[in-house]
Amino acid sequence: MRQRGHRSGGRRAAVLIGLTVAVSALSGCEHRSPSTLQPEGPKASIAAESWWLLFAVAAFVCLVVIAMTLLAVVFRRRGRNPEVKQGDGKRYVLVLGVIIPGIVFAATFALSVTDLVKTSSPAEHPAMTVDVIGHRWWWEFRYDGTRAVTANELHVPVGTPIELRLRSDDVIHSFWVPKIMPKMDVFPHRINQTWVTVDRVGRFQGECAEYCGLQHAHMGFEVVAQPRDSFRSWLADQSNDATAPATAEEHRGMEVFTTGSCATCHTIRGTSAAGTIGPDLTHLATRDRLAGGAIPNDIGHLSGWVADSQAVKPGNRMPPQRLSPADLHAVVTYLESLE
Amino acid sequence: MTTIDASDVPPATARRVREGVRPERAVAEAAVGAALDAQWEEEPGLKGFLTTVNHKRIGRRYLVTATVFFMLAGAEALVMRTQLGQPDNGVVSPGLYDELFSLHGTAMIFFFATPMNAGFGNFVLPLMIGTRDMAFPRLNALSYWIFLFSGIFMFTSLPLGMAPNAGWFAYVPLSNEYSPELNLDFYSLGLLFLAVSTTIGSINLIVTTLKMRAPGMSLNRMPLFVWAILTQSVMLVFALPPLDTANLMLFLDRRFGARFFDPNHGGDAVLWQHLFWLFGHPDVYIIVLPAMGIVSTIIPVFARRPILAYPYVVLATVGTGIISFGVWVHHMFAVGLSDVSLTFFSAATLTISIPAGIQMFAWIGTMWRGRVSVTPAMLYAIGFIVAFVMGGVTGVMFAVVTFDQQVTDSYFVVAHFHYVLFGGAVLPMLGGLFYWWPKMTGRMVSNVGGIWSFVLVFAGLNLTFFPMHISGLLGMPRRIYTYSPDDGWTLWNLLSTLGSYLLGAGFVVTLLVFAQSLLHGRRAPDDPWEANTLEWSTGSPPKPYNFPVVPTVHSLNPLWDGDSTQSIIDHRDDPERTMTDHHQALRTSELDGRIERIMAMPGETMQPLIVAIFLTGSVVLLLVGWYVAAGVSFALMAATIGWWMWQRPEIDEPESIHDLPRPRREATRTVAP
Repeated sequence: MRQRGHRSGGRRAAVLIGLTVAVSALSGCEHRSPSTLQPEGPKASIAAESWWLLFAVAAFVCLVVIAMTLLAVVFRRRGRNPEVKQGDGKRYVLVLGVIIPGIVFAATFALSVTDLVKTSSPAEHPAMTVDVIGHRWWWEFRYDGTRAVTANELHVPVGTPIELRLRSDDVIHSFWVPKIMPKMDVFPHRINQTWVTVDRVGRFQGECAEYCGLQHAHMGFEVVAQPRDSFRSWLADQSNDATAPATAEEHRGMEVFTTGSCATCHTIRGTSAAGTIGPDLTHLATRDRLAGGAIPNDIGHLSGWVADSQAVKPGNRMPPQRLSPADLHAVVTYLESLE
Repeated sequence: MTTIDASDVPPATARRVREGVRPERAVAEAAVGAALDAQWEEEPGLKGFLTTVNHKRIGRRYLVTATVFFMLAGAEALVMRTQLGQPDNGVVSPGLYDELFSLHGTAMIFFFATPMNAGFGNFVLPLMIGTRDMAFPRLNALSYWIFLFSGIFMFTSLPLGMAPNAGWFAYVPLSNEYSPELNLDFYSLGLLFLAVSTTIGSINLIVTTLKMRAPGMSLNRMPLFVWAILTQSVMLVFALPPLDTANLMLFLDRRFGARFFDPNHGGDAVLWQHLFWLFGHPDVYIIVLPAMGIVSTIIPVFARRPILAYPYVVLATVGTGIISFGVWVHHMFAVGLSDVSLTFFSAATLTISIPAGIQMFAWIGTMWRGRVSVTPAMLYAIGFIVAFVMGGVTGVMFAVVTFDQQVTDSYFVVAHFHYVLFGGAVLPMLGGLFYWWPKMTGRMVSNVGGIWSFVLVFAGLNLTFFPMHISGLLGMPRRIYTYSPDDGWTLWNLLSTLGSYLLGAGFVVTLLVFAQSLLHGRRAPDDPWEANTLEWSTGSPPKPYNFPVVPTVHSLNPLWDGDSTQSIIDHRDDPERTMTDHHQALRTSELDGRIERIMAMPGETMQPLIVAIFLTGSVVLLLVGWYVAAGVSFALMAATIGWWMWQRPEIDEPESIHDLPRPRREATRTVAP
């Protein structure tokens, strides 16, 4: 039942798949490309299916109108001055301009209502709730009933509906995962509720779709769909405090972090750092990318980010950190150890 | 409905008309031309330039000024496209990019599209309805000056580095407490400033249309362009107040600590969106309807047939204006409104497509039954049909809520509304320029040049905007200054960027074609297209008084029926139709165009310019926060208006004005069906 939307069989599916393949070929199938036409969840599938139907009708209408126009201009060259009455052509305009479009629009409306019903609530009760909080310019995810907090990475168990409670810390954002789910706007002082199901294990690119200021372009995130078991153990790991530093270098890094300015904005659970302005870094090393998807999470990029994040993503709220090279190395080593 | 027989125009006469002076004008001007020349003579030189209230000069100014703003906003678009041509590009900084796209949208909507229509309305409408000027000529001059100054005000923000940077839609709270600099003050004040111009301009067009049509031009004989301008003007009068209210509230929030939109203190961020789109959606049709009116003017002329199903096209025009006020929520389908609300606005969005379909098939049917001559103006009208249907079908898609939520705020929407606004408004405007250029300037345009202009612009339009459908479906959001090569959008953005250069080249060619016409163009005859509407019975360009004799209109196509043109000759000795003694125009009834009386018209005056200067002063002083000085400037403006109202210097009030016999029996006869 859950997957009814995108498993319809028959000829139409074959045509749709053919077209999808054609479009994917056009799009170059980049690994991270967030195409709405390669849906991996029921909501996006419903939208994609509607698109192909709408596209077919629209293409037909365009072809007919353009063909009629060209025929009228090029081929039908009537005599110069035949008698024409002013009120003529009413029936023709009524049929082509009102009745036929009226039928098409009634069908479109039916499609709209059907889709809305299908996407407004999930087929089964959501397994858990995640709070989604939009910040300029990063995303915070809080897994209800646990201590787990992630930034720019939403983990979900595959094949299960998850309830999302969206709100914003500052301006309006919009939560969009093209392959998984259509947009839902994110407002300050207003909670929007929606749900999401992911059909396949994998990482799917999400974006902020409502213009939110200078770094709107770098407010990406990833939805990571995991098998249910590995999701459960991941969630348990994330609920834990940060791993204690294992080496001297890591230990020094923690000291720099907790005694320096880092701790005013960032939290690392299990240490004294409890800032709430920036992302929670308790399990930073498990994340794939940094800075709202702007850079990959590796030691080089992280060092650059900590040293001068304004060069990477101008306008973000993290000021450049005036650390000695040794301190910087220690902090980054420590952060990369936070599994 | 009146029966028109197009064969009433004898081909031999038509050919003569095409090359020289229309015979009716020659007869009428021989009778009263000299007296009218003396009456309507204009002040030469700079003083005349600053004091003119003539609708044709003001209309031309509107067109030129709006074109300049179009080129500025277009240049911004080229910079943005250059930035997006490659992933991770660094042509402009993120901050500048935000200013560019915000000002691009604001300028194109408010300082190009609407004023451009006002330019056509100002120049063409009084000629088309057979009158001598707008109803309120001084107000007309005022609305132009305010438009000019508010446009300069808005564009000055860019070199100052303070251009609006929260998008043309300026959603709160981003445009409010998160934008402390002057950028958004330029936006809210600039739009309030401009709204004065747009409002009074619209009222002027409404009154002119309803009270000054030539005798016999009942509503069912009113050209479709006039219907479109009338509908648009009424829409503006209703659509602007929500926008003005929103901008005033925003300014009070930003400057005086009001909390209308501040969610931290109980204000409502969604309220702004409702107010904005309650203006913003009708505005799409405010821009497109007059352009459709231009198409409805061009197609019958070059198909040599009256428009098909005229009453339906009129109903569709007016219906669009009404329904457009009920669809604004489809801009807000992702806001998280209730399903019931979404469903209602889904249906409304579909409904508004019906009137567009009616007009579309009326145009195609007119061409289908006629013999189309392919001129640059006609090419642009045909190009409009193609582009508009493509923009229209994607518009219908947005009525499907789930699909809308998937593509809204993506490049798919950018593609859609550029097909609608560029294809649906800019192409017809270019068509209108090619069509009315001989009338406006007295020079013919090169046909070959016009065809090149069309080919480049139309190809550029499609190459720029079609790939955006695909990048949008591939998940590219709007208003991002850069993207990564991994996203898979590179190819489509590169194509769009190349297309935008082609489009730019198309506009350069178009400008050159018009410049060549001004410098070396052949002298234009009165009626080069053998057209059907009254403006073509005047000289090219028309004399300041437009019509030596105000004709009686007997049909929808007055220049194609013998009676209307004959009436110009018949009435050449009738003082109420020639009005040679004073600066006057004829007032007629709203519904059936019966003569009511003769109105005195004002002459040239500096007052509108002075009012506009004081208003500009108060806006600039408000911007910099000198509120007392702003109040003084505002008081000076009010005083000038008082002077204007009190002293009506140039108006000659004829003593006989109340003694006019009315209604005229002759006019009554022609109105009867």
